[in-house]
Amino acid sequence: MVQVILASQPFDPWKSLQTFQNAMLTVGSYGATAVFVGTMRDFNEGERVESLFLDHYPGMTERELERILREARSQWEFLDALIEHRVGEIEPGEPIVLVAVWCAHRGAAFDACRWIMEALKSRAPFWKKETGPAGVRWVERNTAG
Amino acid sequence: MTIRVRLFASLQEKWRIDQIDLESTGMEKVADVWLNLTGEELPSQVLVAVNMEYARPDTPIKDEDEVAFFPPVTGG
Repeated sequence: MVQVILASQPFDPWKSLQTFQNAMLTVGSYGATAVFVGTMRDFNEGERVESLFLDHYPGMTERELERILREARSQWEFLDALIEHRVGEIEPGEPIVLVAVWCAHRGAAFDACRWIMEALKSRAPFWKKETGPAGVRWVERNTAG
Repeated sequence: MTIRVRLFASLQEKWRIDQIDLESTGMEKVADVWLNLTGEELPSQVLVAVNMEYARPDTPIKDEDEVAFFPPVTGG
């Protein structure tokens, strides 16, 4: 079971993890859970950032994230995976993205989680627009990693 | 033949177009749609999708397709 959630309001990734795990995973079936949480910083490329607007392509964003999870599943044996991603207005300190993968063993969990996150960064149609002291600017590229 | 064209993020602001339905007779591929819409060649950094799947400038278009243009993605 894989799930993609786009959240227009702030979300608690730890609560999302627990809720998904309780609902979808069978106790004893998994031995490794790898989790990535991305949180909004108050700086980017040397500039202060006061707030962020996350634009997306409704419909395609969900489809692309589901495609990424399908591709991951064809490369690693994992039981379940969850992606939750914010859209709309975001304040510093708020979580932007959660990627979690449940597997039998740690190798696949770590590798699939990292691969999913990198695929999301390079393929999922989201765009960040930052507001700072100098005004508003679209982020033109991802940080290196 | 009609297609729906959608622009996102900085492209939406630059061209002041969110979505528009175009009579696409004479347009054969994605790059033709951009040229018709803006009067310019499709810049190499612009990403394109047809019916919500990544496509290329030379991807053919057909009636009722949704063709989207957007800048490099910056989520996560």
